[in-house]
Amino acid sequence: MTDPLLAPPKKNPQRRSTSPTRPPEMRSRAALGLTAAAAEGRLALQCCAECATWQYPPRDACVACLSNDLPWVDFPPQGQLLAETTVQTSPRLYYRERVPWRIGTVKTDVGPIILVHIHPDVTPQSAIHLTAHLDRAGQGVLVAMPPQETSNAMDAPLMRELTADPKHRRVLLTDARAENAPAMAKALKDAGAAIIFIGESESWRPYTARAALQEIGVEFMPLDVTDTLSVQTLAGEIGGKTDILINNAQFVRPGGALARGDVGFAQNEMDVNYFGMMRLAQAFGPGMCKRTADEANSAVAWVNLLHIGALANTPEYGAFAASQSAAHSLSQSLRSEFRTAGLRVMNVFSGPTESDWFASLPPPKVLPQSLARDVIKGLQAGVEDVWSGDIAKDVRDRFRRDPKVLERELTFGGDGP
Amino acid sequence: MTTLTDLAASLASGTIRVVDLTHTLDPDFPVIILPPEFGQCARFRMEEISAYDHRGPAWKWHNISMSEHTGTHFDAPSHWVSGRDVPFGSVDAISPENFVGPVVVIDCVAQSNANEDYEMVIDDITAWEKQHGTIPNGSWIMMRTDWSKRQGAAYLNMREDGPHSPGPAPEAIKFLIDERDILGFGTETVGTDSGQGSHAVPPYPAHYYLHGAGKFGLQCLSGLDQLPATGAILIAAPLKIKDGTGSPLRVLAMVDNT
Repeated sequence: MTDPLLAPPKKNPQRRSTSPTRPPEMRSRAALGLTAAAAEGRLALQCCAECATWQYPPRDACVACLSNDLPWVDFPPQGQLLAETTVQTSPRLYYRERVPWRIGTVKTDVGPIILVHIHPDVTPQSAIHLTAHLDRAGQGVLVAMPPQETSNAMDAPLMRELTADPKHRRVLLTDARAENAPAMAKALKDAGAAIIFIGESESWRPYTARAALQEIGVEFMPLDVTDTLSVQTLAGEIGGKTDILINNAQFVRPGGALARGDVGFAQNEMDVNYFGMMRLAQAFGPGMCKRTADEANSAVAWVNLLHIGALANTPEYGAFAASQSAAHSLSQSLRSEFRTAGLRVMNVFSGPTESDWFASLPPPKVLPQSLARDVIKGLQAGVEDVWSGDIAKDVRDRFRRDPKVLERELTFGGDGP
Repeated sequence: MTTLTDLAASLASGTIRVVDLTHTLDPDFPVIILPPEFGQCARFRMEEISAYDHRGPAWKWHNISMSEHTGTHFDAPSHWVSGRDVPFGSVDAISPENFVGPVVVIDCVAQSNANEDYEMVIDDITAWEKQHGTIPNGSWIMMRTDWSKRQGAAYLNMREDGPHSPGPAPEAIKFLIDERDILGFGTETVGTDSGQGSHAVPPYPAHYYLHGAGKFGLQCLSGLDQLPATGAILIAAPLKIKDGTGSPLRVLAMVDNT
């Protein structure tokens, strides 16, 4: 078992903050399959389509039959710890500041011997459970965990490096008026967040959820993501202690271009969903990037809540979906810009949520509690992409099979003009 | 020329004071709230283009955006369906002499303090006239409530059944138009109608009657407590927006300081 992580003491203002450094980032193109799977919390390795041989490390041809048909397949995670060592020093700055660091080899039940990081709760030469995570460079790495869950396992320094756990961290939720705000705040509180700042726009306009939020115990901060000055002002105030930013501000109205007849709502959608994210990034991003190695409550993750229409347009909400595509594309740009600092961008895709503006759609819909649960699980796992609810998963799978077929399916018309 | 020369001298000596009746255009200033499926009034927004920096080395400037009906603003006849066919009914077409005129202030502060839904009635007007004489034709009428001193949520005063703020009764507005041929009507609240004005017959009676008769509206005014009941001159010139139905503006009054 691991000692539970205690709330970090107040920072010594005379100590230099640790600079953000990263483990090595370079990988071959073939090896990025491991990262792609780890980015959504899956452990996958190449498995030859012709001779069914698993292989590690990833290559361009099968070690057994030279086939180049090497799909990435979910890998059976059982194995045995073979050999291990504890690194005491390293020329790599990232490891140098984090030694001792336990690594070793694992003999997996289905064959390959794999190089892994080892969780402190794993006993020598014992059975292990293999998991895949993203490291601070955003690359997939493999971790040997104990086969049975141990207490406080995620509090180990290794896991704090590989995850974005809200425990003891200070979170900014950008929109108190969003229908998911109370569920999100509650889930963060339950996950051990130290402070939940919540952005409140237009305090001159009452809203019903305020009492519930107050009861959960959030800190209301003036913030309107469409107002650049308000974003900059809040970043000036709490940008230095925002460890996780969850952007739940979203403007949505039904209809495509013809159903509306003007660009008013579309401008609102872009202003909140796209420019809002950009304003937040410009104001909070640089400060968060500076603090990604700042002890136990370091800046760790940037979360966007996106509608699945970001991948393929959903015409009943055609104009809104366009804003989601814009936001999704910007999130990829942010990933690249935050990568150097090791700040993770996590996108949480969902289908229609149980909310006013999707009321006309039939179920299934994503409940605020389910969305909040998936956000927390994603942060605790340290992934980049979360698919919340059946519709998001279904659209994702169809998108991966054939984007054009999906587009055609989503854009069936009716009869007549 | 003598009148204007006298005016210049009075302004210079301070015997005539210029009073600002305008709220600051602030991104967080309340606007009217409609059911969310309707198009909404854009809030005031400001984006910095440069600030003596790499984006423009020696100058600072902003792009601004807002609705025609954001902040302290002017309503033209074409703002309302009843005024859609009024000739010269848009801000760019209104003849400029309409932008300067005498202003009458009807004090409804006590009534509004007692009743947040207070509707100014004809009796309030006749009581004013008993003291100050008949309202001259072509005057701006200001309904003073001191509502502009309210802050935050108390300004719109929005509740489950809509906003609650004072405004004119339908018959009072009709009286001002038909019997006093006013130039326009102004309030300190977010609109020329009361908060509950959508439930009146006709809905939004001030908007409906004023603009149908080619009269103007001013709302979100502040500082009406600095005006005398009568005798001041109001200067309220909207931006010259092509086919504009209204405009944010700086509302000024010239007040005799002697």
